[in-house]
Amino acid sequence: MTDLPSDTTLTETGLDLRGKENRLLLIACGALAREILALIKANGWTHIDLQCLPAKLHLYPDQIVTEVDRAVTRNQDSYSNIFVVYADCGTGGQLQAKCAELGVEMIEGPHCYSFFEGNAAFSERAEDEITAFYLTDFLVKQFDAFVWKPMGLDRHPELRDMLFGNYTKLIYQAQTHDPALVDKARTCAERLGLDFEHRFTGYGDLEQALHDQARKT
Amino acid sequence: MSDEEDIILSELSDEELVEQMWDDLYDGLKEEIEEGVNILLERGWAPYKILTEALVGGMTVVGKDFRDGILFVPEVLLAANAMKGGMFILKPLLASTGAPRMGSMVIGTVKGDIHDIGKNLVSMMMEGAGFEVVDIGINNPVENYLEALEEHKPDILGMSALLTTTMPYMKVVIDTMVEQGIRDDYVVLVGGAPLNEEFGKAIGADAYCRDAAVAVETAKDYVKRKHNQGVTA
Repeated sequence: MTDLPSDTTLTETGLDLRGKENRLLLIACGALAREILALIKANGWTHIDLQCLPAKLHLYPDQIVTEVDRAVTRNQDSYSNIFVVYADCGTGGQLQAKCAELGVEMIEGPHCYSFFEGNAAFSERAEDEITAFYLTDFLVKQFDAFVWKPMGLDRHPELRDMLFGNYTKLIYQAQTHDPALVDKARTCAERLGLDFEHRFTGYGDLEQALHDQARKT
Repeated sequence: MSDEEDIILSELSDEELVEQMWDDLYDGLKEEIEEGVNILLERGWAPYKILTEALVGGMTVVGKDFRDGILFVPEVLLAANAMKGGMFILKPLLASTGAPRMGSMVIGTVKGDIHDIGKNLVSMMMEGAGFEVVDIGINNPVENYLEALEEHKPDILGMSALLTTTMPYMKVVIDTMVEQGIRDDYVVLVGGAPLNEEFGKAIGADAYCRDAAVAVETAKDYVKRKHNQGVTA
């Protein structure tokens, strides 16, 4: 800011002093909030704001496209750059198309399991892991709210094998080192009748993607 | 739905019983459905009439409410499981009692994908509509589809995928069929949560079916057209 606003302006009309220049807004899935905030803090990115949409939108992927569209449109005039931190997430390319239409970028990959592990590494393993069911830190914490209840297993445990019978293994992709979460993830695997694997991924491609956007803005 | 007092199914009139079976299907009550089917058989109903009026009729309501967001996957699965119980009794009886045969279908989930809930629902509803269904299961490479087509010579090929990463494989199958000059011998229907009509067109399928009920209607429509072509050709 070079010129201070006049006292009259401040008295009569007020003034929006939020700087649009060089500010980056991340519009992200709620399931990624902790990881993104940790990266913002660790890197001292004071020019980045985060807006999270409810993680439960994943239960109805078409709503992701609608809500991202709404959030981008609402904020486009207030930021010099907006980055969408959703992968394709079951939208079948529709989110990518919408972002292109809106002129914003989004993180690469089919889903967060892929970019947490690193898209290249995930893709390489994909064929050997088609019977794997993945959980991240967030999903381990929210297992009941995100998996058990929406799948009706709290009311109808007999559905378990119809829903998970083709899976063989639960892979816990850990973003942090937390023994309590590892224990909980192991219990989730037992509840689903699956073998268990703990795989530390850290933030994977998410970290580089945010670095790139932070630098660009 | 029956929270006031126990209903004795055998004491209901035919009309009341069918209505009750629709409710029981909606509530996913497998044993009650099996009992209802047996009662109607004892009363001399043709297996095909039981299938279409009591089971498919009830599942159509379930499908509609699923589409409208009133029912969710768990409830649909329970209803499907109940219908499966009824189908298990009726299936051996259908062929011997002259049930009409609408056509045939080979169906499977594509390579790299193990999800089969949608596919199983489609199979069941197609059988309910009088189609003979050969289900080749999950994780099918193109060779499996081609072998099944060669062996069973169905009217329709159905492919299913739940993952964004696996749905492009449907195009591999269709392209191979084109290369081998057999694409036009079959009606190709595709479905799965991340798909849409545009994708179906882009990969060269005949139609994208958003749910099991749409799959049945689309299949009937195509088979009817195919038969009409036969008549006019």
